Amino acid sequence: MSQVTGNIRSSLIGFGLIFPALVGFSLFYAWPAIRAIAISFTDWNLLSEPTFVGFDNYIEMVQDGQFWNGMKLSAYYVLLNIPLQVVLGLFLAVAMDRLTRSLFVKATVLLPYLLSNVLVAMVWLWMLDPILGIVNFFLDAIGIGRQSFLGDPEQALISVAAINIWRHMGLCAMLFLAGLQTIPRYLYEAASLEGASEWKMFRMITLPLLRPVMVFVLVTSVTGSFQIFDTIAVTTMGGPMDSTRVIVYYIIQNAFSFYKMGYASAMSMTLALVMLIYTLFQMKIMRASESDLA
Amino acid sequence: MITRTLALASLAAGLGVMAQATEIRYVLWDSNQLPAYQQCAADFTAANPDITVKITQSGWDDYWTALSTGFVSGTAPDVFTNHLAKYPEFAKNNQLVDLSDWVARDGVDTSLYSGGLYDIWGRDAAQFGLPKDWDTIAMIVNMDMAEAAGITLEELNNMSWNPQDGGSFEQIVRKLTIDENGNNALSADFDADNVAVYGYQNPGSGGMMGQTEWGHFAVSNGFTYQPEPWDGEFNYDSPKLAETLEYLARMPEEGLSASFQDTRSLGSDSMFVAGKAAIVPNGSWMINYFDNNVKGNYQWIPLPIGPTGQRATMFNGLADSIWTGSKHKEEAWQWVKYLGSADCQSVVAEKGVVFPAIDGMAEKTTQAHQARGIDSSAFLTMANANTFLAPIADNGARINEAMENAVQTILLGKDDAQDALDKANKKILRYNR
Repeated sequence: MSQVTGNIRSSLIGFGLIFPALVGFSLFYAWPAIRAIAISFTDWNLLSEPTFVGFDNYIEMVQDGQFWNGMKLSAYYVLLNIPLQVVLGLFLAVAMDRLTRSLFVKATVLLPYLLSNVLVAMVWLWMLDPILGIVNFFLDAIGIGRQSFLGDPEQALISVAAINIWRHMGLCAMLFLAGLQTIPRYLYEAASLEGASEWKMFRMITLPLLRPVMVFVLVTSVTGSFQIFDTIAVTTMGGPMDSTRVIVYYIIQNAFSFYKMGYASAMSMTLALVMLIYTLFQMKIMRASESDLA
Repeated sequence: MITRTLALASLAAGLGVMAQATEIRYVLWDSNQLPAYQQCAADFTAANPDITVKITQSGWDDYWTALSTGFVSGTAPDVFTNHLAKYPEFAKNNQLVDLSDWVARDGVDTSLYSGGLYDIWGRDAAQFGLPKDWDTIAMIVNMDMAEAAGITLEELNNMSWNPQDGGSFEQIVRKLTIDENGNNALSADFDADNVAVYGYQNPGSGGMMGQTEWGHFAVSNGFTYQPEPWDGEFNYDSPKLAETLEYLARMPEEGLSASFQDTRSLGSDSMFVAGKAAIVPNGSWMINYFDNNVKGNYQWIPLPIGPTGQRATMFNGLADSIWTGSKHKEEAWQWVKYLGSADCQSVVAEKGVVFPAIDGMAEKTTQAHQARGIDSSAFLTMANANTFLAPIADNGARINEAMENAVQTILLGKDDAQDALDKANKKILRYNR
């Protein structure tokens, strides 16, 4: 009896605790998502009444070369962005874990992430300017020569990725650092008594025990990168030519420049589905809900 | 006790007055113009105590997103500054009040507005905006560089251009282009790969209008955008435009301009301010920007005379429109009428910000500029040259996108100009079928 009331009580408390988040989620995520599904089956230009068109938007989407180009560019962007960001983040985290407890260092590492996206993009736009930017001034001085960076179709997306690696690796490092500090010290002590090298300890102890954090970092940063928009809106506006017209930029263009809300919603729903499948897949292969520490 | 009653009574009276006054919400995107219109609003409320005007300013990009979401959610302002590239879509979706009945009722003299500015805001007898200002294009020259190169103002004011050899315009640009070793682009030793100062800088690709980029060159070469306003036909595949764009694409190859990819970030204006470009074209709305930022001597000059024998410039104008969702349309009209009147436009002229739409007011603006040491007469010269209106059609955003891409392809040297334009024009014709 007391067991049962205890259970009810604890689930009530649990419910009470997630209630505010639940309200926010339903109001700002779930409801708009459901609305977007409905809108994706209509032809709606925002200004007049929507008309139901069935699967027309989805059919148009499959035939639209710009949609596929956008998906391809976003995927390419993820490939440019994530590996380097995660490796650098991990390196920074291990270095901080081993070498310092200084709050100042941690704050400095996290600083780029604390700046707003738009501000970071503006600063880099200035610094990377081919003619007036400071980066090219140095490249010129050391004999590498000037680069067009954001203005060149071949370099633009790479430059955007570099800006965001710089901005996000600090956050990655912080997450990894938090993960590292849950790993019991005695494992390393035992290993070093056995004569294990630093690299071997990293491979056999750190990496496996960091797996749950790794999943979190990968899932949030991959889905986040796939939705890259703000840096592009500030620096390249999808150009030059179509070289940075990633999927989210194309969706927003359709929604608010071309007033094709139904079509934009159809693409958004498709993107959400792709992200969902990726997340489930990633969590499954990496056994995200288990830890090897237990 | 008595004082308290009095206080309450006066408070109630105050509230009464406030309740009676109707508030009109008005938005604009150019922060430079805000003070002038705040002055207009104050004068307007002084003359019409029952109407107050609340002005909000937001930047160009946010402006249009906020406006269209405001239309949907019912929170858009009563009156807003409108742009030619944007209004067709709004009109088609019944977001703009037709002003023609009020114009007739109140006897507004629309012949006062400078050439064509009133008509371009109308379609099929309906009128969607009352003109407020106009702008033209001219070129700004770094006079310190011109003097060092031995070029006179006389020569600058009388440049001619053609897409084959660039005419006297190109000769001047060559004299002004200096490489790292100090040779100009007429010299045999000129090093096109190491240029210190570019003689001319094309601002970019320019979308469907090429307002400051290629429109003036192309039209002075005999190009027309479309047979008539609202026509779904476009002439973007014209060889006249193709050779113009080829000419602009050739300038960076010869070291006379920086390449398109190198000028996308900060662009031609920053290059001019930093002394990296000697001549740059721009619109009259930038007069104050350059005056505030350029350190040395500079001069605005008219655009060169083209193969047609004339100078050409886009003659563009903004207007004020009323939203169909406004709850105070009559009051909104009173405000729009005031904005379009000589009373408000002379205030705007005296602030020396933009050229007002009413004929004869522009001279006031140039006088205001002169008082601050700015010579803006080149823009008036251009207004009296061969002026053309911006192309206008449904699906403006998509046409813009198609042309933006085509011109970028040409300036990046990825495709032959004629070929890229043919493809873009076909695409554009399909949008409006």
